Amino acid sequence: MSELVRSYLVVALFGVAAVGMVAVMLGLARFLRPTRPTRQKLIAYESGVDPSGSEWVQSQVRYYVFAVLFVVFDVEAVFIFPWAIQLEDYGLFGLVEMGIFIAILALGLGYAWRKGVLRWA
Amino acid sequence: MIADLSFWIFSDYAVSTAIKLAVVMLIIPLTSLILVYVFLFKMMAFMQSRLGPMEAGPHGSLQLIAEALKFLQKEDIHPDNADKHVFALAPIIVLMSTFLLYVVLPVGPDLVVEDLDTGIFYAMAVSSLSALGVLMAGWASANKYALLGGLRAAGQLIAYELPLVLAVVGVVIQAETLSLQGIVHAQANWEIFGIGSGMPFIVTQGIGFAIFMVAAQAELTQTPFDMPVAETELVGGFHIEYTGFRFLLFFMAEFGTAFAFASIASVLFLGGWSLPFVDPTANWLNIVGPGVMLAKILFLSMIIFWVRFTYPRLREDQLQKFAWKLLIPAALANIVFTGVFKVAF
Repeated sequence: MSELVRSYLVVALFGVAAVGMVAVMLGLARFLRPTRPTRQKLIAYESGVDPSGSEWVQSQVRYYVFAVLFVVFDVEAVFIFPWAIQLEDYGLFGLVEMGIFIAILALGLGYAWRKGVLRWA
Repeated sequence: MIADLSFWIFSDYAVSTAIKLAVVMLIIPLTSLILVYVFLFKMMAFMQSRLGPMEAGPHGSLQLIAEALKFLQKEDIHPDNADKHVFALAPIIVLMSTFLLYVVLPVGPDLVVEDLDTGIFYAMAVSSLSALGVLMAGWASANKYALLGGLRAAGQLIAYELPLVLAVVGVVIQAETLSLQGIVHAQANWEIFGIGSGMPFIVTQGIGFAIFMVAAQAELTQTPFDMPVAETELVGGFHIEYTGFRFLLFFMAEFGTAFAFASIASVLFLGGWSLPFVDPTANWLNIVGPGVMLAKILFLSMIIFWVRFTYPRLREDQLQKFAWKLLIPAALANIVFTGVFKVAF
């Protein structure tokens, strides 16, 4: 196994261990806890009032524009990190180039701002 | 084949990984224990002129263990209409995100589970996994409050993920590495204004530090950014339908992640386990380092909880406005300035 695969194997093992730990604790709890379901207990808790209609109500997802902006800036972050490590070697050239990249994105954010999509309404 | 397997099981790699796993499994509940007792129980109580829990153990120090035992005995209620599998899985995803964060946190020159090359980038990636778990919990609960809480959480976590990631870039530019050990070493060897070596990056990354801490507060959904769980309007938000031990998992993940974020901030901005004017390769730092790190973590956690107990909750639109109109432009400006200084000097 290469060093890289080994180190990420540890990450995978930790993921498995998290599930394992939870499974052990929930298994332990199973022997200790009572299980007495009643109809009243199993309806959704909405401040003591019986829920009316379906629980999965349609509500306005106000932030879909934010989600689009998020994707834009998150992809930007992916580009910025390798650049940030190598900046010393790139020197002025890298600085100007990233300056242009960030300026274009800032322009996009400014446009969204101006258009009023950053208002939560 | 059998011989091969036994060779593998007793190899250094397998043994050291098993030890690391055991240590982290012990540490994660311990971190919640420390944070909850010191800050949630005692500091909050003193700030409100109360004593806090006093009965279980000396000065109530075993209170949380008593609570955990209580939660173990509570019935595990799955609502009738809930999406059963997703409902059961959600808290596990959230806790897994916390678990994976601890893989890269260094506490001494040789004390780290796995010093990944992608270090801080990996940490940011797995920390955002919890947003998925929260959204799953909110949706699967089949409860209007939980659904609203889950949607709010998703909106909030994506809005504050960006300033968090962008604030890190300034540090990465200065350290020229993504590895958390590398960032600690970069600070241990760094000097500024002829003072050094061992100056922490907060000296030049003050703005980045402020942005990181505010964004971390929001990622942890601590007040003033706790609209996803707002107990006065959403009566608990996404974890309203969770009872017993599954609820405790959310609780443990919340404090485990708070501890992890405080340690990431202390590594990035305060020098992690290193001390100013001390050679970072010294072997004794393997013993003192964890203590140094813990002091820095507790200091940063104190700030997080101090803010939590002091400020009232923001409104949802104020929250989004704050992130997009102040934090993100400020973080971008911070990147540009850090880049200019890096190239100029």
